[in-house]
Amino acid sequence: MRSTCEAVATEAEYAVALADDALVASQRLVEWVARAPQIEEDVAIGNIALDLLGQARLLYQYAGSLTDPPRTEDDLAYFRDERAFRNVCLVERENGDFAVTMVRLLVLAAYQRELYDRLARSVDPTLAAIAAKAVKEVAYHRDHARQWVLRLGDGTPESHRRTQTALEAEWPWVSELFDGGWLAPALVERGVAVAPASLEEPVLAFLREVLDEATLAEPDPRPAVTAGREGRHTEALGHLLTELQHLARSHPGASW
Amino acid sequence: MSTFEELIAANERVEPRDDMPDAYRATLVRQIAQHAHSEIIGMQPEGNWLTRAPSLRRKAILLAKVQDEAGHGLYLYAAAETLGVSREELLDALHAGRQKYSSIFNYPTLSWADIGAIGWLVDGAAIVNQVPLCRCSYGPYARAMVRVCKEESFHQRQGFELLHTLSHGTEAQHAMAQDAVDRWWWPSLMMFGPPDDASTHSAQSMEWGIKRFSNDTLRQRFVDMTVPQAEALGLTLPDPDLRWDEEAETWRHGEIDFTELFEVVKGNGPCNAQRLGHRVQAHEDGAWVREAAAAYARKQAEKGRAVA
Repeated sequence: MRSTCEAVATEAEYAVALADDALVASQRLVEWVARAPQIEEDVAIGNIALDLLGQARLLYQYAGSLTDPPRTEDDLAYFRDERAFRNVCLVERENGDFAVTMVRLLVLAAYQRELYDRLARSVDPTLAAIAAKAVKEVAYHRDHARQWVLRLGDGTPESHRRTQTALEAEWPWVSELFDGGWLAPALVERGVAVAPASLEEPVLAFLREVLDEATLAEPDPRPAVTAGREGRHTEALGHLLTELQHLARSHPGASW
Repeated sequence: MSTFEELIAANERVEPRDDMPDAYRATLVRQIAQHAHSEIIGMQPEGNWLTRAPSLRRKAILLAKVQDEAGHGLYLYAAAETLGVSREELLDALHAGRQKYSSIFNYPTLSWADIGAIGWLVDGAAIVNQVPLCRCSYGPYARAMVRVCKEESFHQRQGFELLHTLSHGTEAQHAMAQDAVDRWWWPSLMMFGPPDDASTHSAQSMEWGIKRFSNDTLRQRFVDMTVPQAEALGLTLPDPDLRWDEEAETWRHGEIDFTELFEVVKGNGPCNAQRLGHRVQAHEDGAWVREAAAAYARKQAEKGRAVA
């Protein structure tokens, strides 16, 4: 019995980690609303943030149903501290200019596209159903980010410079996406979870194609020392969560 | 083909290619632009709570709402473009302060309950103002308003539901809801504009079928609609003189302090400089992005020509 309990716990943790990626990325995108370079982009960024928020909610709801006692989506989003968050550091860092946001979105969506595509075949039917819905959404996010990275990379000298700079800044945070050290091996062996390492080749192949077409140079690999999946984050996450959680925590027990 | 006067007399729609008096065109550009700008500026006070929404469900609802507002801005700029002005010119006019947006957005959102109050009262007032515009004499504006009104009425119900939850929640939540209504009630009444005897544009707009009802008529309609809703919410409206007029079967509100409205319109509201400054900053920060998109499009077109 004990081993079953542990397996259940790690499955919940897996869903929470994927949900945390989506929630934190959504929260950063939301900061752009009413600040985008054009109104169409306010709509698009709002749409992408809403998709990610929806994915986070489904994953939290499922993760919360696996634990004893059960936890709600809001328990998980609002009442965990930063050390309990399992998102990759890529998504939590402060926003920079529009190039940073689009490069980051390109990386995240390329990763999520490959992940959900495979997770849709998970032996866990709930994870499979969530992934099957999400994969269509992130395919659109990936295309949107690609369209912008092409325009910015191959636009004006200024946009090229900014986008190359953004790429250099984001690149060290890419490899964490493919690190599976935090994941119980049994989850992958049983076909519940997708091995993060298996995503590296297709994600990088896609990114290289886009960078090449955008006339951007792939930076040298210089992975940041980071362990977001184990709850060791950058300083930025605490501030993001402070803002996200403060109202809910100011009224313990209240319903909204 | 009918003349402009015949179309108006027959209560038919004027379309972009029809002849129309310059003053009719100018009035519509002013009004549609102001409406579009209001949608875009209106994203800010609500956006102020997006990162702090107290549940994921509420965050999703608010995000979808703010996104709808950006969408409304786009339809309305498109409607204005049918009159021969570009979105860029209109945004320049907004940024330079030559065109206005609804003064209601010059008030701050100070608590989460303000999101409910904006939905219930501000969107509620906007609907009362806008439903008659679905029958406005200018076709593209009328058609844009049909879609806008449908979405606004959804927002209004969401705002009501948010306030209802707060009002029936903890003591602190109820107090938050009451405080928001206390602050937003009078500014909402002022959204209908000055009283009829002081309204500068009204008579001509009525004659042209742009405006169908007077400011005071619409304001009264809003009050009659809203008072029973406040009771259902368990919240009070901050007007000691509010009373039911048996004979006329209508709610009589106390005197509105229009000096405040005029001050806010003149630029002395709590957030005028902040809202416009934010908008101008976003536009300036985005300039290099828009230039990049234009440069990319030129390069692609050149490549296309080289191939052909």
